[in-house]
Amino acid sequence: MSYISKPVARHPGQKKNSLGLTARDYEGGMSTLCAGCGHDSITAALIQAFFELEVPPHRVAKLSGIGCSSKTPAYFLSASHGLNSVHGRMPSIATGANAACSDLTYVGISGDGDSLSIGLGQFAHAMRRNLNMLYIIENNGVYGLTKGQFSASADIGSKSKRGVPNRFEPIDPVLTAIAMGGSFVARSFSGDKQQLVPLIKAGMAHKGFALLDIISPCVTFNDHDGSTKSYKYTRDNFTEVTHADFVPPAQEITIKYDQGSVQPVTLHDGSRIYLRKIAEDYDPSDRSSASAYIQSHQEKGEVVTGLLYMNSDAPDMHATNQTVATPLRDQDYSVLCPGADALKALQHGYR
Amino acid sequence: MKQPAISKQAANNQMGLQLNDFVIKLANVNGTGSASANGLLSKTIFRMGVPISAKNFFPSNIQGLPTWYEVRVSKDGYQARSGRVDVMVAMNAETYADDVAEVSAGGYLLYDSSWPMNKELLRDDVTFLGIPLAKHCAAEFDSARVRILMKNVMYVGALVALLDLDIAVVEGLLEEQFAAKPKLVPLNMRAVKMGYDYAMEHFNCPLPVRVARMDVTHNQIMMDGNTAAGLGCMYAGATVGAWYPITPSTSLMDAFDGFCQRFRQDPETGEKHYCVIQAEDELSAIGMVIGASWNGARAFTPTSGPGISLMSEFIGFAYFTELPAVLFDVQRVGPSTGMPTRTQQGDVMMCAYASHGDTKHVCLYPADPEECFYLSVKAFDLAEQLQTPVFVLSDLDIGMNEWQCPELQWDDAYQPNRGKVLDAEALDKIERFYRYMDIDGDGICARSLPGVHPKGAFFTRGSGHNKYGAYTEDPDQYQEVLDRLTRKFKTAASVVPEAVIHQQNGVTDAVIAYGSSDCAVREALDRLKEQGMHLNYLRIRAFPFGEEVEAFINAHQGVFVVEQNRDAQMVSLLTLETGVDKNKLVPLLHYGGFPLYAEFVVNQVSAHLNKRKNA
Ligand SMILES: Cc1ncc(C[n+]2csc(CCOP(=O)(O)OP(=O)(O)O)c2C)c(N)n1
Ligand code: SF4
Ligand SMILES: [Mg+2]
Repeated sequence: MSYISKPVARHPGQKKNSLGLTARDYEGGMSTLCAGCGHDSITAALIQAFFELEVPPHRVAKLSGIGCSSKTPAYFLSASHGLNSVHGRMPSIATGANAACSDLTYVGISGDGDSLSIGLGQFAHAMRRNLNMLYIIENNGVYGLTKGQFSASADIGSKSKRGVPNRFEPIDPVLTAIAMGGSFVARSFSGDKQQLVPLIKAGMAHKGFALLDIISPCVTFNDHDGSTKSYKYTRDNFTEVTHADFVPPAQEITIKYDQGSVQPVTLHDGSRIYLRKIAEDYDPSDRSSASAYIQSHQEKGEVVTGLLYMNSDAPDMHATNQTVATPLRDQDYSVLCPGADALKALQHGYR
Repeated sequence: MKQPAISKQAANNQMGLQLNDFVIKLANVNGTGSASANGLLSKTIFRMGVPISAKNFFPSNIQGLPTWYEVRVSKDGYQARSGRVDVMVAMNAETYADDVAEVSAGGYLLYDSSWPMNKELLRDDVTFLGIPLAKHCAAEFDSARVRILMKNVMYVGALVALLDLDIAVVEGLLEEQFAAKPKLVPLNMRAVKMGYDYAMEHFNCPLPVRVARMDVTHNQIMMDGNTAAGLGCMYAGATVGAWYPITPSTSLMDAFDGFCQRFRQDPETGEKHYCVIQAEDELSAIGMVIGASWNGARAFTPTSGPGISLMSEFIGFAYFTELPAVLFDVQRVGPSTGMPTRTQQGDVMMCAYASHGDTKHVCLYPADPEECFYLSVKAFDLAEQLQTPVFVLSDLDIGMNEWQCPELQWDDAYQPNRGKVLDAEALDKIERFYRYMDIDGDGICARSLPGVHPKGAFFTRGSGHNKYGAYTEDPDQYQEVLDRLTRKFKTAASVVPEAVIHQQNGVTDAVIAYGSSDCAVREALDRLKEQGMHLNYLRIRAFPFGEEVEAFINAHQGVFVVEQNRDAQMVSLLTLETGVDKNKLVPLLHYGGFPLYAEFVVNQVSAHLNKRKNA
């Protein structure tokens, strides 16, 4: 993983956000991924989303596992803390980090191998705890970093570069997340920034586990004819069932919606999601019908995208634990240690 | 008719009254509620001011298999098993044969005579005391469950008479135990009296093996090591605990959670100043600990050998990224699943070098529950000071048995050592922050916590990095970091707890031990001394070894190393990590799963010394 920093070129005319930062301040080191890799487009969308959300970079924690996808936290927000952990174990790092300090923004970047094979257990359990984080899977159907083996998200019949079809049932991250208690579940495509940026923003504002499964083609090992994770296949079969627009807390609503088809959802921090149904019969607030819809349409070869399930009322890990509001790492030691007299007193029970 | 309480052989022993110096062992069936009755017995003796040690020998099963509880009454305060049994309370017909065989000559065996004892089992050097417990309880109590429970309480009553215990102490303990359900006190006392009266009527009470009040336990407590360690974690200021249940470590987290509920949860709002996470497995538990430590909380995980095996990849990550973590390995018998409810010191090598590549870890070896408390606190200080994982290796014997130990002390002036952490003010002053720069020359670099200051931002990675914290595949830059880690480990050797040394000038032979072997070794050394064999003693408390360990070995002609594992793991570690002459180290190994006892050490040491004398 290279850490070559980009040459600093300031453009005086560049737009600044309210923190006085430009989009460049949200960038990271130079990417070392293959030219055209879907992961780099997601990095660009993240930079735009963070810039527009006006998040102070140092209040963001970027976490990842191992894989080409997991390298990307080095390529955005170089002014943020990051932790590149071991293969498949980012969720446990995120859980501990969040337990210690509840008031940072956590964004985890993973791959389909990282989350659906070696890390399936941790992925499932972080959702079950409704950990407050944005969890992105950069999904390309293969293990990019180890040179193109099928991953667990590869569809039956999808062909490898050498023409060998995958024979195993895929594990679908979205269906898994809906089943495991993910409280915000979305799918998008690295090639569709219009859809992606608002979903990233909404996922960050959501208090709870926000899964964003992003089809992110691997140009080197899985972008050929016969692959169901190629740019062409994804574009041809992309079916957006809902479109989410994101409006931050104190912002005027400028977009006009025709009443009825748009459903506004207010999040914990006061921001709003305007959810426009594209498929009239899709209901993103109902787990079972959402699952059934996605499943049946995917069987037809469609790549169902959008904000697919959301429950903004589910308690997150800290709410369930009843943790105090002040982050645990900031607790004064005097609050944590009962002292000598208490120790003496409690030992009466041990005589 | 009074049954003669004393057989011919036992009568011969009566000359030597066994006052406050005997072992009583109780053979029960798991899941019959005997634990609380047995606790009542041992606490009664303890409350009479007499030193005891109590050990459970239980199966890896919830209900139905044999279980034993052994109480050693020792006026000298020896905590190890003694290796003999003076009074056997045989309540499990399935194990009669073994239990009868185990009684030392001249001893006693109490059994339920509701059914006749198989004549073939009788020994004429043991006195059999039959009490029809089941019969009496069936006549006296209604429900089946109460009958089973009261049978246990009834034999305690008989022992009150036989061992000359103070019945008022028993009653006081019951009142405390049932403070919330006072109706249960008279019920239990009825059973105590039934046993007491029966024994008084049918046997010559008390037996020559008996208890007499002393006054040496008033500053003492009875606590198991897991409770003490859980308490230590709370006192150390740990706020995040992550774990996956495994015997024999489970009660450590239960204790931490319990103490925190008491002292760190707002009784009105329910708000908690701590977070305990039951993880999906140990891979995850250690990840949570590392994540929390990275973010500046004191975090820990209790586990046993199988858990450490699973955690290995992450342990290397924490070592190389230099993140604190506290791991408790309450050791049980390996390899593999081994014997989950038996004790061993089999994880010494694994913990010292856990994970792939060149890794070395700080390990602490508490000898008893008291030290579990103090070394838990120390473990957090060391982990943060040295920015590395620290292992506390206790074992099932320490962790799950109640040991008598001096009341735990706390100094209110204590402040946690958080190590070199740059706060917002310090970060503001510096030009640029580099994570792995050894400014002080001790191998320890300054770290920054996420979210504190823009200048502290840093990308933690387990991949190759240089001293600036940047990714590298350059041999020199990589090696520079690895060599500094060696330097840091040298620093560790100078700050970990020193070995405890008992020595006299002119003594040429010595013993080295660590962890739960300590009590048996100290007793053995006393006995060897009585036989004219003087040996010096060093107890290792930490790895890496301080200079005193090597100096001690060099100063002696022969050194016995007592361990509870097959492969002499500490001998390996000493050989690898010091320059001592390997041939000097004589391993004495006890690894069947039961705790070490003094006689084992006495026999082995004297055999060696005699062989050398005769050679
Ligand atoms: C314990 C372990 N096993 C295997 C590997 C090798 N490995 C590195 S990345 C990877 C797969 C990554 O696939 P994915 O998460 O889909 O990421 P991508 O490269 O496709 O973005 C594997 C198997 C490893 N790093 N660690
Ligand atoms: S191998 Fe595939 S996933 Fe990896 S960087 Fe190249 S294109 Fe991207
Ligand atoms: Mg992949």
